[in-house]
Amino acid sequence: MANKVGIASYGMTKFSRDDIKIESILLESTKNAFQNCSNLNQKDVEAVLVSTNNNSKYLSAVLSEISGIKPKISHSVESLCNSGTNAIVSAYSYIASGLADVVLVAGAERYDSPGQVLEWDNSRGEFKHPIFWASIFTKSYKREYNVRDEELALVSIKNHHQSIKNPNALTKKEYTLDEIMNSKKLTDDLKLLDCSRPCTGGASIVLASENTINHLTDSPVWITGIGQKTTSASFTKNITFSAMESSRISANSALKMSKHKADQIDVIELHDAFSVCEPMALESIGVSSKGKGLELVKEMIVTDSPKINPRGGLMGSGHPLGATGIAQTIEITQQLQSKAESRQIDNPKIGLVHNMSAASTSSTVLVLEN
Amino acid sequence: MNVESELEKGNFVVGECLKCKKTVWPPSDYCSLCFGNVSIKDGPFQGKIIEFSKQGNDYFCLVEFNENVKIIGKITGETPQINQNVMVKKCGIQNGNYFFEFISS
Repeated sequence: MANKVGIASYGMTKFSRDDIKIESILLESTKNAFQNCSNLNQKDVEAVLVSTNNNSKYLSAVLSEISGIKPKISHSVESLCNSGTNAIVSAYSYIASGLADVVLVAGAERYDSPGQVLEWDNSRGEFKHPIFWASIFTKSYKREYNVRDEELALVSIKNHHQSIKNPNALTKKEYTLDEIMNSKKLTDDLKLLDCSRPCTGGASIVLASENTINHLTDSPVWITGIGQKTTSASFTKNITFSAMESSRISANSALKMSKHKADQIDVIELHDAFSVCEPMALESIGVSSKGKGLELVKEMIVTDSPKINPRGGLMGSGHPLGATGIAQTIEITQQLQSKAESRQIDNPKIGLVHNMSAASTSSTVLVLEN
Repeated sequence: MNVESELEKGNFVVGECLKCKKTVWPPSDYCSLCFGNVSIKDGPFQGKIIEFSKQGNDYFCLVEFNENVKIIGKITGETPQINQNVMVKKCGIQNGNYFFEFISS
């Protein structure tokens, strides 16, 4: 039987547009993860995984050396924007299989990450920048469900509002509907404030087996569900442009593994790379029915509930690709530990992380419980 | 001679598996279904606009040629419509990047 796997500690850096070496970002969040867990010693860590799209080489060995760890297993994980949760899944697998007992997963990215554009995807022609797939998704969603730009802007309003309470967020600035609607027009279907912003940032998490975790923390959070699905690498291979098929499949798998249903989830971090991604993800995960995702967003605003993207999502927090999935997982962990301070929702028991890459051609979903 | 070299010359062609006849797109060395060798399948190919948007004065469209071939390209001189029939007017490879331009058909 597979070992149970929990989250023992975590550390973050502030998200910024600063010019910082990738190794320094990795080390800072790792240092914070150690300082957050007084019983954790470097010699406990048997595997070090680095999640990044940065071109620097051998980063897991470099991070191991500069943080005083001599792991049995060390390597990098790259999968564009869902590198972070994919690295967590790899760490989970090492522990569940018994190959390692304690694993450090460190994610980092710089503002100038090469992971922002998938050069290989020539079926996008000259329209390779993510704003083009986001425009196609947005137009398709608006057409399918008769949605107006003003309604999609609510996602940006909500998530920027929630980022005010996130001490590590990039912008920490609220925007009005007018400001969003009048922000720079990137295409007919996408404005600047409909987009998350690449940035510099790091996030580290320490996973441990059930046997060890009680020595490290008195409030472990367990990973009880995992779903991953890659449907393609090409954006144009998506079977629909108004829903996220890989997210639907991975959410189904994760919920099935955790033995929960979507309506039992108390708090969600989802991958709002662009405004339209939030309702599409809510519908694909099964939290909202088709075409109704924005109704839930409106309800969250009216009730001032931070249940969806409490740290401000990618739009409010910033999107350091390799760190994003780990930062999302840390937010849900803090929520389940009732350590989210002013962002805290009432007594959550079950949380979900949705992290995806390249126009939802690949998605990872985690279910966490305390 | 392969699909990319034809695209480079401005000829819109796709790949076809010599073994199972599956269309191979984007260009690849082998068929993704049976790993068979790939030959060139010539056009002309008729496509339909399935989505579009606009940047500045330029429309960009997602066009479906068949279930395995969807590409994004420009359309100039007309306002695109969903389900509009189009063909590739121009294509090529510039600095490693493909480009496509469509025209009504």
